[in-house]
Amino acid sequence: MPELRYIDAINQAHHEEMLRDERVLVMGEDVGRKGGVFGATMGLLEKFGEDRVIDTPLAESSIAGVAVGMACNGLLPIAEFQFADFIHPAFDQIVSEAARMRYRSNNAFSCPVVFRAPYGASHGTALYHSQSIEAFYAHVPGLKVVAPATPYDAKGMLKAAIRDPDPVLFLEHKRMYRVVKGEVPDGDYTVPIGPSAVRRQGKDLSVFAYGWMLHESLAAADAAAAEGIEAEVVDIRTLAPLDRGTILTSVAKTNRALIVYEDNSFMGYGAEIAALIAEHAFSDLDAPVMRVAAPDVPGVPFAKPLEEWFVVTKDKIAAAMRKLAAY
Amino acid sequence: MSAETKATVTARHRGLGLSDQDVQDMYYYIVLARALDDRMWVLQRAGKAMFVISGAGHEGCQVAAMWPLDKRRDWLVPFYRSVAACLVKGMSPADLLLGLFARATDPSSGGRQMPGHYGHPRWKILSTSSPVGTQYPHAVGIAYAAKLRKTGEVTMVSVGEGGTSEGDWHEALNFGAIHKCPVLFIVENNELAISVPLRKQMAVESVALRAAGYGMPGVRADGSDVLECYRVAREAYDRARRGEGPTLIEYRVPRLGSHSSDDQQERYRSKEELEQVRRRDPLQTFRTYLESVGVLGEAKLKEITDRVRREIDQATDEADRAPLPDAASAARHVFAEGD
Repeated sequence: MPELRYIDAINQAHHEEMLRDERVLVMGEDVGRKGGVFGATMGLLEKFGEDRVIDTPLAESSIAGVAVGMACNGLLPIAEFQFADFIHPAFDQIVSEAARMRYRSNNAFSCPVVFRAPYGASHGTALYHSQSIEAFYAHVPGLKVVAPATPYDAKGMLKAAIRDPDPVLFLEHKRMYRVVKGEVPDGDYTVPIGPSAVRRQGKDLSVFAYGWMLHESLAAADAAAAEGIEAEVVDIRTLAPLDRGTILTSVAKTNRALIVYEDNSFMGYGAEIAALIAEHAFSDLDAPVMRVAAPDVPGVPFAKPLEEWFVVTKDKIAAAMRKLAAY
Repeated sequence: MSAETKATVTARHRGLGLSDQDVQDMYYYIVLARALDDRMWVLQRAGKAMFVISGAGHEGCQVAAMWPLDKRRDWLVPFYRSVAACLVKGMSPADLLLGLFARATDPSSGGRQMPGHYGHPRWKILSTSSPVGTQYPHAVGIAYAAKLRKTGEVTMVSVGEGGTSEGDWHEALNFGAIHKCPVLFIVENNELAISVPLRKQMAVESVALRAAGYGMPGVRADGSDVLECYRVAREAYDRARRGEGPTLIEYRVPRLGSHSSDDQQERYRSKEELEQVRRRDPLQTFRTYLESVGVLGEAKLKEITDRVRREIDQATDEADRAPLPDAASAARHVFAEGD
């Protein structure tokens, strides 16, 4: 099996799905001539033409809103937001329109749009090119939210999202694009939206993470293992609807839960996992549920020492693992 | 009126390619929409409905704008005042009243949405939400899909002038013009966004002027002049069908009632103003025209009035008898169910 970078897996999924189904199209800022600012849509314009690879005006609400209309009239649009930080003008179209179309029409209309958004802190990307936006959107019934962490999942889940009859917010932690590599089959396959994946078996504590935080957590688990702490690491690759079973099964096994996310701690996505465990696995716990997340400041600051203070790293996660194991 | 004058006036609807039957049918829909509107308010006042929002005064331009459309092929993306437009597109008065009563068989939402949020794919009427202006990008998306799929569909979208202040409205005009989407951008300007007057909504004296900023024609017509409303819609429609892109159409219409049943327009509109707008009622102006050209005699008028009364009464009974939705159904259709 060929080894691909995360970004190449995303690109390959686009090529294969557009070839497979002429209803699929791509729209967004710089997705055509430039092939996307990260290269996710490279080569599509040349192959599929400008009617199906649309360089849109710089206006995010209409990127989402036009995609909603297209989806209601027989197309399968993939709407790219250049950075997740710029998705906010489209909040109303995604939340009030796309996510509610099926419910409000009592199942008469469906809205199969994929909204793609590169999120998260990379190196030196600061307040407006680093945001984690998942908590805003995972809160919304009617919208599926995924954050695959491996190239294999990125390709398989993007294909699943494109074929899904409902709107999907597809989050790509941009730090993974060129750093994370993995085996990706050439041919067609999908990875279902929904199930989580246990990436590392362990008996002492459970770690729940997604996106780039999965990789930091796996590295931290290796460091902890050298000290005799065996962490189980679960990849929450679908944030909504959440696979509760895998989380509860893991907590029943290890009796300790650590939740890792890069967003601000307060009301971040991990808070919902903590609530789930408190409600449904209370008697399994030997220690309080712990979280490693970013401080509650309005954004990722730019200067290196400030950024390092903000971001969640394997060292911070390993420290939390030690604390939790010792409780 | 001399025979000569009468002939000149008569030529007006025929000159537009409308038969006597056409204009009689258009008048029927205007009367039907008004009667339905009146009935909805009566039912609300009688405690049979929680809420009403409707379009008294807007019916003339809506029927006229819908007239060029192919009911089966083309799309309507409505807003909450689109009562007459939805009727022309094929919804029955009962279909609208089922929504008013929030019944299980309400085709628009099964009783999930507030009254006035119409839509169903069987009529190619897009489901409506409440935030104004959001439907404009949807119309562009539907029209883009029509162009890409070569379906020949034209899309008509409507909003009030208040909605033209929203960013979505501007973004949609820009996108639609760039891609020459087959869409009619309609603005039903009644000069009031609930209570906010036109002069506080925009500095331009006409919404239609804004079309120039997006590279498309902008036209305006008096919503009390049903035939003029039809003429501009017909031109825009033919233009869209020829692949020449969208047109912005502004209809100046009277808002005869309050914004909704939760509003009392007497608090911010003077008696004189209300009297003035009543003189612009398209129901009256169109009737006067039809009578003046001899297309609407007493017998025909009675026939239409009787038919409408019967239809509205039957629709009210039918909708009233329909069952309320089952509470357990509220959890359904968040996502597609089953495979």
